[in-house]
Amino acid sequence: MLKIENLTAEIDGKEILKGITLEVPAGEVHAIMGPNGSGKSTLSYVLSGREGYEITGGTATFNGIDLLAMEPEERAAAGVFLAFQYPVELPGVGNANFLRTALNAIRRARGEVEVDAMQFLKLSRAKIKALQMSEDMLKRNVNVGFSGGEKKRNEVLQMAMLEPKLAILDETDSGLDIDALKVVADGVNAMRGPEFSALVITHYQRLLDHITPDRVHVLMGGRIVKTGGPELALELEAEGYAKVAA
Amino acid sequence: MPAVAETIETVQSAQEGGYKFGFETKIEMEFAPKGLNEDIVRFISAKKGEPEWLLEWRLKAYAMWLKMEEPDWAAVSYPKFDYQDAYYYAAPKNKVVPKSLDEVDPELLRTYEKLGIPLREQERLQGIAVDAVFDSVSVATSYKERLGKEGIIFCSISEAVHTHPELVKQYLGSVVPQGDNYFACLNSAVFTDGSFVYIPKGVRCPMELSTYFRINAQNTGQFERTLIVAEAGSHVSYLEGCTAPQRDENQMHAAVVELVAMDDATIKYSTVQNWYPGDAEGKGGIYNFVTKRGACRGARSKISWTQVETGSAITWKYPSCILQGDDSVGEFYSVAITNNRQQADTGTKMWHIGKNTRSTIVSKGISAGHGQNTYRGLVKISPKATGARNFTQCDSLLIGDQCGAHTVPYIENRCASAKIEHEATTSRIAEDQLFYCRARGLNQEEAVGLIVNGFCREVLKELPMEFAVEAQKLLAISLEGSVG
Repeated sequence: MLKIENLTAEIDGKEILKGITLEVPAGEVHAIMGPNGSGKSTLSYVLSGREGYEITGGTATFNGIDLLAMEPEERAAAGVFLAFQYPVELPGVGNANFLRTALNAIRRARGEVEVDAMQFLKLSRAKIKALQMSEDMLKRNVNVGFSGGEKKRNEVLQMAMLEPKLAILDETDSGLDIDALKVVADGVNAMRGPEFSALVITHYQRLLDHITPDRVHVLMGGRIVKTGGPELALELEAEGYAKVAA
Repeated sequence: MPAVAETIETVQSAQEGGYKFGFETKIEMEFAPKGLNEDIVRFISAKKGEPEWLLEWRLKAYAMWLKMEEPDWAAVSYPKFDYQDAYYYAAPKNKVVPKSLDEVDPELLRTYEKLGIPLREQERLQGIAVDAVFDSVSVATSYKERLGKEGIIFCSISEAVHTHPELVKQYLGSVVPQGDNYFACLNSAVFTDGSFVYIPKGVRCPMELSTYFRINAQNTGQFERTLIVAEAGSHVSYLEGCTAPQRDENQMHAAVVELVAMDDATIKYSTVQNWYPGDAEGKGGIYNFVTKRGACRGARSKISWTQVETGSAITWKYPSCILQGDDSVGEFYSVAITNNRQQADTGTKMWHIGKNTRSTIVSKGISAGHGQNTYRGLVKISPKATGARNFTQCDSLLIGDQCGAHTVPYIENRCASAKIEHEATTSRIAEDQLFYCRARGLNQEEAVGLIVNGFCREVLKELPMEFAVEAQKLLAISLEGSVG
């Protein structure tokens, strides 16, 4: 499980996270909701190890190991996956090649046997079918010329292939039409199980119509100001952040 | 006396830059006296038992060279090379010329195996014919018989001088004349070996031809000369690879490659250049001053250059096409990497003379560390080259903030109907690209390798399959330690 205690972090000397305490037990999906500038994306980057953020205090552990001491790739190998709010384009890099390189890097780090081209093809086709995507996706360059919806689908495909134990979805629903939203939600729901937990970061309730969270946390001003069940999301939607947090 | 008196091989661990080919083969060598003068030219010619006309040809070149000055227009700086402090001839001591691989010194075969060029296996399994050039001489050429059946000649140029003097005499210097430039002129005087390829009319060469160049001896320059002639309607794909031991002093490599393509002939020439680049501080490394030029003499002929330049301390190289035949096509696909203190000034010349001639230039320069990378290209359209077209794309990728990328495109157009396009970009490996890859489990170096290979994809896909895989790995190795 993910355990965050009193985590503080700043960027360019400005404190963004002001003491976050949060627990996501194995098998649970938690939502983090909050207005713009509340620190949602910072939290996801700090947990996945992006450079440029200075951790000034607190801890974050995943199944007892210190996440903050690890390189981003080590966190990936430990089972942490970040679905990006803005997936990055890699010109000239084929999606299939990227996925296989990533999968094998993680397998190698875990001491597992690497998959060869044939095994990879079989595996990726099965995942694509289950997610009702087009095989075309594998032939294109990573995110190059993808629509907003396609980029997010690609993130879900990567998640399905890499089979993380903890997925952090950073506003994966932003800019999505309802069909794409359903693909994303189905992808996450398909992974749910006793070994999988997720942090779903979002502005809006609508993604949570499709992914029912076990807990909902409200993040404002760099702190968790309220925690509740799925009904809290509905309350936020109806009343607004200011009133609920007050 | 046995050819190898004693054998000790030292494989130096590849400490900096991951250069995996830095070992030296201890083998008894025969040298010409150090330095350069007319007697040395005569010595080389005599060693090879050359006919009088070739000696005259060399001496003429030497006389021209004495009057020439080393060019300084390239964007590279290096301490002047002392031409009197080098050996111009070094050959493994072996009295008999090997007629087959069975007669080749086993020590040499082992050297090529270590370089990943197992000559025997290559002959039996891979279907690639190889000519192996060790310092100044060709030590083995495989697959001769099979090629001979098709009428294809593939042998060392020294051998061709004896077996096919009329062809050598007709074409040697016909594309790159002796006095063409300082380095080509020097090469014309002292060239020691190289490959000769002749593809008869209408023959499609059934396999890739390949030459592997290895500089081994200390203080020795390698001056090889390659000549490829493709008669009407023929087709050939030729690969060239090169490595050298890791040494503290600089070594000179001044090669000349001449290609001739007649009507409807196609020559595809691919190079993966991995000469020793010097250490992280810029000590040692090969000075690579190479003149490569192809003449599309016939109508609808095509010459395509693909190069992946990862090695050498200095690279000075402009594989070019003279598009004489109507509707002829010239192509240049290049990846050049400079890391640490490496400097590369490379590009191409496309000279459009015939009608409706077309040329494509795709250049990808990657600079890391303190590397300096210059693309220098000339597109020249003659008045009669109506309907000529050129497309040029020059992309530069910067890794770190101490390196440099420069693009110097020259365009000389004397024909109103010509179409010339030029595109250029300069970019950096973005932090978000690296983080994206790392968040998916790739370490920093794998991430850089992947992004760089993506950047070079348009060029790498032009390489023959086996070479493309090698080139991809080489790109990653060349950039090890360049980020972070």
